[in-house]
Amino acid sequence: MASLKDLRIRITSVQSTKKITSAMKMVAASKLRRAQEAAEQARPYAQRMEGMLGNLAAGNVGQDGAPRLLAGTGKDHSHLIIVMTANRGLCGGFNTNIIRSARALIRDLQAQGKNFKIYTVGRKSRDNMKRDFADHMVGHFDEFGRTVSSFSEAEHVAQAVTSMFDAGDFDVCTLVYANFISAITQEVTRQQVIPFPVPEVADGEDAGAGRGYEYEPSDTEILTDLLPRNLAIQIFRALLENGASEQGARMSAMDSATRNAGEMIDKLKTTYNRTRQAQITTELIEIISGAEAL
Amino acid sequence: MADTLQLDLVSPAKLLMSESVGMVVVPGIEGYFGVLPSHMPLLSTLRPGVVSVHDGVNDAPAKKFFVNGGFAEVNPEGCTLLVDEAISVDELTSDDIAERRTVAEEQVQSAATDEDRTAANKALFIVDEMARAMSEAAA
Repeated sequence: MASLKDLRIRITSVQSTKKITSAMKMVAASKLRRAQEAAEQARPYAQRMEGMLGNLAAGNVGQDGAPRLLAGTGKDHSHLIIVMTANRGLCGGFNTNIIRSARALIRDLQAQGKNFKIYTVGRKSRDNMKRDFADHMVGHFDEFGRTVSSFSEAEHVAQAVTSMFDAGDFDVCTLVYANFISAITQEVTRQQVIPFPVPEVADGEDAGAGRGYEYEPSDTEILTDLLPRNLAIQIFRALLENGASEQGARMSAMDSATRNAGEMIDKLKTTYNRTRQAQITTELIEIISGAEAL
Repeated sequence: MADTLQLDLVSPAKLLMSESVGMVVVPGIEGYFGVLPSHMPLLSTLRPGVVSVHDGVNDAPAKKFFVNGGFAEVNPEGCTLLVDEAISVDELTSDDIAERRTVAEEQVQSAATDEDRTAANKALFIVDEMARAMSEAAA
């Protein structure tokens, strides 16, 4: 049985752990607020951009000379997977969930005999992917903001991806990140960004929707402008969603860690008091029996 | 015919405006154009310039935003402007513009490739337009 001194040391150490986790929870909560705001404010742009592009693309897809970012390379043999995680750990299952989803995607592709390449965003993603897929890694980026990412960071990634695409390094590009739903729920999402997923148009009725538009300057010119921009925007959105998700995950992880530490302290204290009383009782018995013996 | 149209002005960072207005004047790539309710569907790229929001066709602009480029989608119900950055014209300050100008000029100086040069010149052009928008607002 642990001595009183040992117990005291354990209790103090758990107490300081609790202090740290509760401080981290507080920090995550305040960062979450900012990150969430940023993610929510970025949503309208990304959604409208997708809508606009969808309209435009519906009228253009399948035509000759459609930009490659829209039409793709005509193959889907080679995939680029952008795995986006946090830079730091201690945020519950956040990083693990994203990586698990990415790995499942990779396994699927391998089973289909497809080629794949991995671009990692966030240190955790790189560290994990390097273990098994070091040969497939084509790039890495982790210099994004600690709380809120800026658009130029997304542009940096988008540029790297676009230049790889232009060089013909891959046919299909998918983002893997966590969509922020609430502080306790994050949903790992796979989003195809290249080629742009054109919404299915019902035959007949809506087929002309994309063609009713007048274009200034011309539809192909707008498309060539809009498509790379959309890529950057979708990456930007993913970065922000991921940032908010990370803080949310960290907050709930630290919350439960703080609660666990509290429970542990209670248990240790009970044991400590019992041991102390047992000791006192033993001492008393010793004194009494000593006195009786005289 | 509806007498208002839904205007959405969004930048990547936030939704700047989403309300019903009477008329918008937009800096299209081929010149400024006004958008009234029931406008025909139109997609246009934007050049750096001022977006003016009017409550009615003959009213003076209620709000003005400087935008540095982006896209406009117009359909009969409304107008969506996706811009890279939008600043209310009232909030433009000469200090801010001077600062941006220095950055842009440095960019022009240090541009090594053609692509960099194009980008730098574009940045400088945006600053010029911004300065013009401010002086026009002051006049």
